[in-house]
Amino acid sequence: MEDQAQIDEFKARIDAGGKVEVGDWMPEDYRTRAIRFIEMHGNSELMGALPERDWILRAPSLRRKLALTAKIQDEVGHGQLLYRVAEDLGKPREAMLEDLIAGRTKFHNVFHYPTRTWADVAIIGWLVDAAAIVSQTALRSSSYAPYARTMTRICWEEAFHLKQGEDAVLTLMAGTERQKEMCQEALNRWWGPLMHMHGPNTPAERDGDLAWKIKTKCNYDLRQEFLATYIPKIREIGLEVPDPNMRHDQATGSWLYTEPDWEELKTVVRGAGPASQERLGFRRFNYEETRWVRDAVLGSASVAA
Amino acid sequence: MDTTVGDVYEVFRQEEQGDPFRHAGNLLAPDDDLALQYARDLYGRRHESVRLWVVRRAAIMEVKDADLLASQLDRTYREGAGYRITVEKRKALRARVAAERGEAK
Ligand SMILES: [Fe+2]
Ligand SMILES: [Fe+2]
Repeated sequence: MEDQAQIDEFKARIDAGGKVEVGDWMPEDYRTRAIRFIEMHGNSELMGALPERDWILRAPSLRRKLALTAKIQDEVGHGQLLYRVAEDLGKPREAMLEDLIAGRTKFHNVFHYPTRTWADVAIIGWLVDAAAIVSQTALRSSSYAPYARTMTRICWEEAFHLKQGEDAVLTLMAGTERQKEMCQEALNRWWGPLMHMHGPNTPAERDGDLAWKIKTKCNYDLRQEFLATYIPKIREIGLEVPDPNMRHDQATGSWLYTEPDWEELKTVVRGAGPASQERLGFRRFNYEETRWVRDAVLGSASVAA
Repeated sequence: MDTTVGDVYEVFRQEEQGDPFRHAGNLLAPDDDLALQYARDLYGRRHESVRLWVVRRAAIMEVKDADLLASQLDRTYREGAGYRITVEKRKALRARVAAERGEAK
């Protein structure tokens, strides 16, 4: 049984802007939530490498190929950094990977969809990464300090992801009619997933992760921030936002839009998205294929111990 | 290293809660307990640190690989700064789109 006074003291420290380091005492609820949150983030980085991976061999130039390869390498690296943070909180990496490939834990909705053309890769690099940057920038003030510091490092790398994606989009939009069409079609395909990305508008008072300041901004605010920055940028280059209701409301200062289909989000993250099983299948295959590496490394560690 | 005076310990301090730990300096101490005490005296007595980490220098390893850390190869494709051209591209495209929209009206 945890001591309520100790929990209250911890909560007061968090409320006052205090930060938690790995060796500090923390309530079980804090630990459990932090692990789940960071693990899901790590899963998303690892799975997020796959939609773009499909395009390494088909990238339209050597520089694009190098950039895409570097981005994917970064994303897997982000997965490693985040798994380490979660591991330090008490869940072994092996357990996280096994839960992921068995479908027991989740990863971000956007990585459950296929990439049909090069323009999908461009839109992902620009806008999916932009939406992720909005979330990750806010997480730099997470109450869990090792996570917050990891976010600073990750955001630095994300800036390149966004730029290379934007460059690819701008190149397509300055190109032929067919290229422009291809880019618009990709935006249409990704718009739904993008609007889902920051999650449903859960009221702040019912969000335990927010109460512990593991995350610091509510889903609604994150989405608004994304729209405020990117809708004008999307429109000014000749792309159309595929939502007739998307507009800035002068009176409230917020963006109005068609409410996304939240049932689709639930279905997709449950593992029933158009590419979910194929992606998990690849991870499972990869996990088996690399088992000998883990055995070799961990085997030698246990011998040394 | 003169073993009569002890070991070198490197000290890392955190200035504000949540900050990364930064290298502050090192000290010489005959054992771990005194190393901790010296670290307090040297880097903690003016409330200039909220946390102090003290590590034996012998426990610190360094990556020495110039090909990796200071590569001469062109790596601009993997840096945000390698895409400054997007500013110009966006400007040109914005002007073109605005002109096309103006003509259409
Ligand atoms: Fe990432
Ligand atoms: Fe990224």
